[in-house]
Amino acid sequence: MEKIFKRCQSLSDLPMHYCPGCGHGIAHRLVAEAVDELGVREETIGVAPVGCAVVAYDYWNFDCSEAAHGRALAVATAIKRVHPQKLVFTYQGDGDLAAIGTNETIHAANRGENLSVIFINNAVYGMTGGQLAPTTLLGQKTSTSVDGRQKQLHGYPLKISEILAALPGVYYVERVSLESPAGVLKAKRAVKQAFQNQLNNLGFSLVEVLSPCPTYWGLSPQAALQWIKDVMQKEFPVGRIK
Amino acid sequence: MIKIKIDQDKCKGCLLCVNFCPRGLIKKSPKLNKQGLNFVEFDLQGDCSGCLQCAVICPDCCIEVYKSE
Ligand SMILES: Cc1ncc(C[n+]2csc(CCOP(=O)(O)OP(=O)(O)O)c2C)c(N)n1
Ligand code: SF4
Repeated sequence: MEKIFKRCQSLSDLPMHYCPGCGHGIAHRLVAEAVDELGVREETIGVAPVGCAVVAYDYWNFDCSEAAHGRALAVATAIKRVHPQKLVFTYQGDGDLAAIGTNETIHAANRGENLSVIFINNAVYGMTGGQLAPTTLLGQKTSTSVDGRQKQLHGYPLKISEILAALPGVYYVERVSLESPAGVLKAKRAVKQAFQNQLNNLGFSLVEVLSPCPTYWGLSPQAALQWIKDVMQKEFPVGRIK
Repeated sequence: MIKIKIDQDKCKGCLLCVNFCPRGLIKKSPKLNKQGLNFVEFDLQGDCSGCLQCAVICPDCCIEVYKSE
């Protein structure tokens, strides 16, 4: 019997605590597969965020650090400067990277730190109860925008990837989406590319992953994937940004 | 012949694999696993093509795919 698909070495055997149909589990697997395919498991240091993925380090079989909410890129900068030969990446939600951590994100990108960022955009704050995030879509109902996001009251969905792409220190930005198996395979290529860029010393690379949060979107897992396709991708088009 | 093996204790019954299997070979089980959730089952008599759609979309990495002569 030949295994043609199996759990890879960099993904630990622990059951993940995420809700059924949550995109974090898929994104964790893609990171692990990319690390294994590049053969750098012993040379990798991940930085886990605050958010639903706060214990991501338990699910990966390589070294990790935890960072305070939003500060992953500051922590990663320090790790990379002390260990320039390691593959150092952050894994961050939209509340983490684009709200409380905007400052750290923009300055790490602007310094052109040779880091890789996996940015999970699920359009809400998941861990704390589905509140409005900078990336929440206009009209989207959340626990703090019960009538839907309104531009007059909450401003527009923040396109942080496009903002970062405008900075000269940034080498690579791509937006991918977990809405289907084909989307997952494209996401995997982008994650691997972001890691490969760092190994080639090319500078700051970021992959934004449109990722389902069925629980706080109030949708079934399948309907959440459809919503990414029908609604989210209209505001956040997938593809290479830089 | 190709078969898939589902880790029924890790499965959360999100049913994404059920929706994506182009041959309809995965079904929700009436039984509950350790987590108290309805897991999914593979039709062992089914003619699986090994397209990997189920394994690629599974959020909990519960599915392994095997090929035998
Ligand atoms: C300094 C600080 N402020 C606020 C919080 C509360 N908090 C925990 S997670 C979170 C938001 C997480 O949202 P996101 O980054 O989008 O990740 P998700 O849970 O959606 O994956 C907040 C505000 C905290 N833990 N620390
Ligand atoms: S709340 Fe949303 S992001 Fe958090 S584990 Fe559940 S589905 Fe995933």
